[in-house]
Amino acid sequence: MSWRTFFAMGGYAAYVWSAYGFATVVLLWNVVSAVRKRRAVLAMLRELALAGQTPKETGRATLLSE
Amino acid sequence: MYKYASPKNFYALAGRLIPWLGAVTLLLFIAGLYLGLYVAPPDYQQGDSYRIMFIHVPSAWMSMFVYMMMAGGGLVGLVWNIKLADMLATASAPIGASLTLSALVTGSLWGRPTWGTYWVWDARLTSELILFFLYMGFIALQAAIDDPRRSARAGAVLALVGVVNIPIIHFSVVWWNTLHQPASIGSLGKIVSPSIYPSMLHPLLIMSVAFFLFYFTVLLIRMRGEILARERHTGWVAEIVRATPEIRGTHP
Amino acid sequence: MSQNLLGTARCIFKRDLILAGRKPADVATPLAFFIIVTSLFPLGVGPEPDVLSKLAPGVLWVAALLASMLSLGRMFAGDHADGTLEQLALSPHPLTPLVFTKILAHWATSGLLLVVLSPLLAMQLNLPTHAMGTLVVTLLLGTPVLSLLGSVGAALTLGVRGGGVLLSLLVLPLYTPVLIFGAGAVTASASGLDTKAYFSLLGAFLLLALAFAPWATAAALRISLD
Repeated sequence: MSWRTFFAMGGYAAYVWSAYGFATVVLLWNVVSAVRKRRAVLAMLRELALAGQTPKETGRATLLSE
Repeated sequence: MYKYASPKNFYALAGRLIPWLGAVTLLLFIAGLYLGLYVAPPDYQQGDSYRIMFIHVPSAWMSMFVYMMMAGGGLVGLVWNIKLADMLATASAPIGASLTLSALVTGSLWGRPTWGTYWVWDARLTSELILFFLYMGFIALQAAIDDPRRSARAGAVLALVGVVNIPIIHFSVVWWNTLHQPASIGSLGKIVSPSIYPSMLHPLLIMSVAFFLFYFTVLLIRMRGEILARERHTGWVAEIVRATPEIRGTHP
Repeated sequence: MSQNLLGTARCIFKRDLILAGRKPADVATPLAFFIIVTSLFPLGVGPEPDVLSKLAPGVLWVAALLASMLSLGRMFAGDHADGTLEQLALSPHPLTPLVFTKILAHWATSGLLLVVLSPLLAMQLNLPTHAMGTLVVTLLLGTPVLSLLGSVGAALTLGVRGGGVLLSLLVLPLYTPVLIFGAGAVTASASGLDTKAYFSLLGAFLLLALAFAPWATAAALRISLD
């Protein structure tokens, strides 16, 4: 099978590849947003620690918003 | 076993597990995609369009499974007051919602060549749509409540009410669907029949396991973030914060 | 509160009816909404009697669903604001039957009135006369389910910012089975089909909601009051 026929997907290329593309975006979003969220919490806590504040004083909403 | 139920030990264990889980997930995705897109022959009726099944069906299965996990975590958190279970529920919601969206979009893209339109009120798609609304409700409710304890408990009650209702909703949608749908339009669900060829079944199973492990990988990453946020007043989190090198771009 | 449970429940029921009577506007608004929404439909889809009678079951049911959802906000809000809810939670009686009484009182001042009003609006939409009975019976079986399921959402969103829109997001997806069976029964009856199965399903759903919803609402109230 040549690459061209592989990508053509028997004429259904538009549907097959956009479906796989969308699923890839969803999966990548999951990984990126999860990693970023943890980093954001760490960065925020670090900033609070540097400012000499005890983290208790801030609400959950400010900490968890990305 | 019990020692991993403490957030501190769970955080460390999850950190060690994530790379391995992620690696296995990636390998399974590669194998599944290779078998599903390259090795499996075209379907005699649908041609190559059926290959969307390899992502649509696992997405749809996982969207249900993640909701069950969410409700289960909520129940454990509600009854035994275990923080990790609450965090599991909260961390599952965005993953489940995104997989539901993936099931909806891939189902619609599969529907176009199969039915001739992007959207048909097919039983599976309609159920997925309502499931998506249920996820949105859970996320919106938890986001609207600042107090972490109340947020977790309110979400748990909502998820449990949802879990009791999901079978009823699904049954009512199937009932409604059989009444209104002309018989010539088959349901997407019928395509995945037991008579499926092994060359098509294997990639489907591998992709399903890949999605399953993917959920757990992302879940652990998200739960680590939740643990840091909710345990921030503890000494061990302060230690981790102190040991973290400065992340570029976060300081003004 | 040295009364027995039944006496307390009767007391709450009466009190909620009196309170509703003192604020007739609160009771009337969802009803007005029901009338307006159903009256707007012919303007949107055209006045052809055939089209209207085909759409009537769905339109009436969706409008009733939205109207009953609109009234949910006041189920616990007033009692939450003036501290009555805390008193109920602290009373020696279990919270679940007391909550059930409040849901019942709420239904009597919202869902029940929608049922009474529905035949009038059904005539406006040209629903066949022989389906009128089915419409009333399905609404009579279905609107209590809406109040019961809605009470969970109302309890969860108590005092939460953006409560009204949030409440609709929580509650509307749970309403789908009631809508499907309710409107389905009326459609079936309009085309002369048997409606027994629909009635059994609606009845079963009502029993299920009666068994679980007050309990879940009581749990949600305790969380919100915490």
